[in-house]
Amino acid sequence: MIGGIEGFFIALYIFMLAAFTGYEIIAKVPVILHTPLMSGSNFVHGIVLVGCMVALGKADSTLGQVIGFIGVVLGAGNAVGGYVVTERMLEMFKSSGERK
Amino acid sequence: MDFATFMIKVSYFVAAVLFIIGLKRMSSPKTARGGILWAGWGMVLATVVTFFWPGLSFGNIVLIIIGIALGGGIAWWTGKKVAMTDMPQMIALYNGMGGGAAGAIAAVTLYKGSPESLTVGFLAVLGGLIGSVSFSGSMIAFAKLQGWMNKPIRFKTINQVNAALLLSAFIIGMFLLGNYSAHGTLVTVFFLLALVAGIMLTSPIGGADMPVVISLYNALTGLAVAFKGFVLDNEAMIIAGTVVGAAGTLLTQLMAKAMNRSLASVLFSAFGDESVDSGEVEGTMKPIESSDAGIMMAFADRVIIIPGYGLAVAQAQHKVWELTQMLREKGVKVSFAIHPVAGRMPGHMNVLLAEAGVPYDLIFDLDEINSDFEKTDVVLVIGANDVVNPVARTDPSSPIYGMPILNADKARNVIVIKRGKGKGFSGIENRLFYLDNTRMLYGDGQAAVAELIQAVKAS
Repeated sequence: MIGGIEGFFIALYIFMLAAFTGYEIIAKVPVILHTPLMSGSNFVHGIVLVGCMVALGKADSTLGQVIGFIGVVLGAGNAVGGYVVTERMLEMFKSSGERK
Repeated sequence: MDFATFMIKVSYFVAAVLFIIGLKRMSSPKTARGGILWAGWGMVLATVVTFFWPGLSFGNIVLIIIGIALGGGIAWWTGKKVAMTDMPQMIALYNGMGGGAAGAIAAVTLYKGSPESLTVGFLAVLGGLIGSVSFSGSMIAFAKLQGWMNKPIRFKTINQVNAALLLSAFIIGMFLLGNYSAHGTLVTVFFLLALVAGIMLTSPIGGADMPVVISLYNALTGLAVAFKGFVLDNEAMIIAGTVVGAAGTLLTQLMAKAMNRSLASVLFSAFGDESVDSGEVEGTMKPIESSDAGIMMAFADRVIIIPGYGLAVAQAQHKVWELTQMLREKGVKVSFAIHPVAGRMPGHMNVLLAEAGVPYDLIFDLDEINSDFEKTDVVLVIGANDVVNPVARTDPSSPIYGMPILNADKARNVIVIKRGKGKGFSGIENRLFYLDNTRMLYGDGQAAVAELIQAVKAS
């Protein structure tokens, strides 16, 4: 995608806009949600798993397979672990109304 | 573009949208629970369609499935089992895994072939560097918070050494740009330098500052994932990684601000767990019996409870909620005041209270509640110390001067539940304990609150 000069600029715009999106999304987050949100964003970068899957899937040497496999294990750990702890924390956030 | 690729691209787009909506919903208490589900479905979608990526060999697909089962299984099991008090180090651990995964992608790219273009090569190298630092750094953060590593590595020139490590890794990385696979040994040296830099950067940082560092590594991992996304032409990784990189950076700043620390001082001055000497305080601490304290609270109009991490250590959250319910039945207005650094990281105390069943609308943060203390009859401080120390407002020579505190001293009465007469985390004497309107209720947090419950019941 970022091969040619045109692609480079498209990539730069995507990067810029996504960065502003990330900034805006949490600009007004209350302190009470800092920990779950950090955990939730930690989960989201677990998407690295799909990159590792492609890297391992296309590996044609033993070294490539070994590194790719480690990557998939780590990436899956990031995604699954991040999801489980975030879900556990957020599950507990209830207001007075919901308790009754 | 064949059909499979087209469907993958469409799915990645949907996943990216789901991630953004999910994160947005996670930033408000009302919608937070649904937010993680949205993001979760995005992840499932992206993972499933990736199996149809053109050109994956069957043998490698089997390896992928084994890898996901292994990594995911271990993470599922540890994530379900971990106690809420240990949450900070688990986040560090999972984050480190993400950084390691980004590093692994970089390694696969760098050990094989040459870059398509200078930009791709540059991002591959930079992503590998950041991912590796985030990986080893997060692992050290995990080990330190877990109590596996109590001796920090500290020496005078550590900042210079770290700068040299990072710089040499970067220079080697730039050298690799020409044709990386031609220099297999150099690639290895590059990764080793980056890993050592992560260890050395994190090791001197004290436990109190660690949450800020974990948050920073979280942002860095996001950035590394985004760079890898550009290298692999993977839009889902680009968007998710960049969004997390930016959100994580802002979150790091918010946390550092809440702790009254600058990011630079966290990273380069290694304060965190050093003790400071401070002057003697005039006056005495005045004890109170739990029966008297209970009556005082039962007949108050308004009570504010200030919990600190000591509360979680004593496992007293459930008892405190029981006490709160009892007081509310008697018509007392009870609120919780949470200092940003009350738990082990900002927001951690809210999680611990939520676990005990305290609804979030009774919980207020510093800015919301600080003006209410003057109108409050009784403030109950449990396991908190530095965050209610009025010297932060009054004494410019104090190391915590300038830190925002909860103005407990302005309330009509203050009851402090405390195990003994020790000092707080910073090692500073707490003037609040010596004030005329303060009474000390000595004892273990859980036992003391249980006694209070009895006293309120009897009154």
